[in-house]
Amino acid sequence: MIIEEFIQKIEAEFSDMEQGILHSESVFREVMNWNSINALILIALVDTEYDVILTADDLRASSTINDLFTLVQSRIS
Amino acid sequence: MAIVNIEKVKITGLAACVPQFEYNNNDYDLIPPAERTLLINTIGVEKRRMAGSKITTSDMCQKAAEKLFSEMNISPSEIDLVIFVSQSRDYILPCTAIVLQNKMGIPMTSLAFDIPLGCSGYVYGLYIMGSMIQKGQLKKGLLLVGDISTMSTSYLDPSTFPLFGDSGTATVLEYDPNAEQIFFNLQSDGSGWEAISIPEGGTRNFPKEDSFILKEVMPGIKRNRFQLHLSGIDVFNFSLREVAPNIKVLLANISKDANDFDFYLFHQANKLMNETIRKKLKLAPEKVPYTLQKYGNTSCASIPLTMVSEIRNELQEKNLSLILSGFGVGLSWGSVAIKTDKIVCPEVIEYPNLGDKIPLFKITDNT
Repeated sequence: MIIEEFIQKIEAEFSDMEQGILHSESVFREVMNWNSINALILIALVDTEYDVILTADDLRASSTINDLFTLVQSRIS
Repeated sequence: MAIVNIEKVKITGLAACVPQFEYNNNDYDLIPPAERTLLINTIGVEKRRMAGSKITTSDMCQKAAEKLFSEMNISPSEIDLVIFVSQSRDYILPCTAIVLQNKMGIPMTSLAFDIPLGCSGYVYGLYIMGSMIQKGQLKKGLLLVGDISTMSTSYLDPSTFPLFGDSGTATVLEYDPNAEQIFFNLQSDGSGWEAISIPEGGTRNFPKEDSFILKEVMPGIKRNRFQLHLSGIDVFNFSLREVAPNIKVLLANISKDANDFDFYLFHQANKLMNETIRKKLKLAPEKVPYTLQKYGNTSCASIPLTMVSEIRNELQEKNLSLILSGFGVGLSWGSVAIKTDKIVCPEVIEYPNLGDKIPLFKITDNT
């Protein structure tokens, strides 16, 4: 799993987001027009693609796309 | 492990009732229009029905049951057993099922009680009533399942207000020595009790004067302590983690494949959640009907209401193999593999608007 692929999947899922806008150091709450529904969309995407379930605590503990990526990568069985 | 089965019992009739008053989430101006659209498209709830303060869950269940009795040509005097599954009973006590026994003309020789479960309630209700009927001593049971959840949500709480609708349903279960077996997988996890809860009003936290005061519990969310609290992400996590494995274990235990079933009726809570579960189970979209868009989350009524609303013709005309799966408040969840054999199923009934003001418009900001 590479971070570019992770970013591509997120950009594809959030269709109103401009392609290429996300980078590993992007603060996802700022870039992604963050709200509780977008949180669910992200959780569903990560579960479907990587079989990893992000919790509310996981999201609170993460700030950048790279934080999320690292977390998901550490949990992939 | 609660992997259990029932013999010699079948569903013979099913009816559902909703209030006439419809609320459209496009009108929910507490949140900006773009967010409303995102909510409607993602969670899936556009319209829902609200009972107001003059119609109770039991009124809707009774209306559904009376319609069903007339279509099935059976009399209340034939009923041996009444179970009312609901979190919105008529009175703190006694049980609503007993009140209904009298109101509906069901004999005093019947037994009647309530089960206060929510999202998982229809599946649990089928198991409990089926277990009681399968010996053949009780022949005919009336399973009344429904909720008025809109009474418990705060208009100023966008994490709950747009999600729920009201409904009451009625199912007739009968003893039949030739009925196919019904298989269940039932589970509980009380560690998650707070995720969906009403904190005050019970004996743990007696009602106090300030229980009714609206408070800002987090930015943009105001509710009082008699109103529903819902931790969306926690419930979402729970459902993604538990529902598909629960169904897979059930299927493995009865040596069935996911494709052996005609329809999967999931509790209607959240389209994104149910679609994620559907993909985990590799089910075709046409096997998974939805009523979220027109009725919202109707708590324990959502499975029977979706059956009546979406697969009524198939239920009446065909023999079907179904998986029903309810999951949520408790946390409590369960699935059932059940075959139906041309059951009586009238169209969704509307309970006429009794002319009161719907409580959502009584907004008082005490902060």
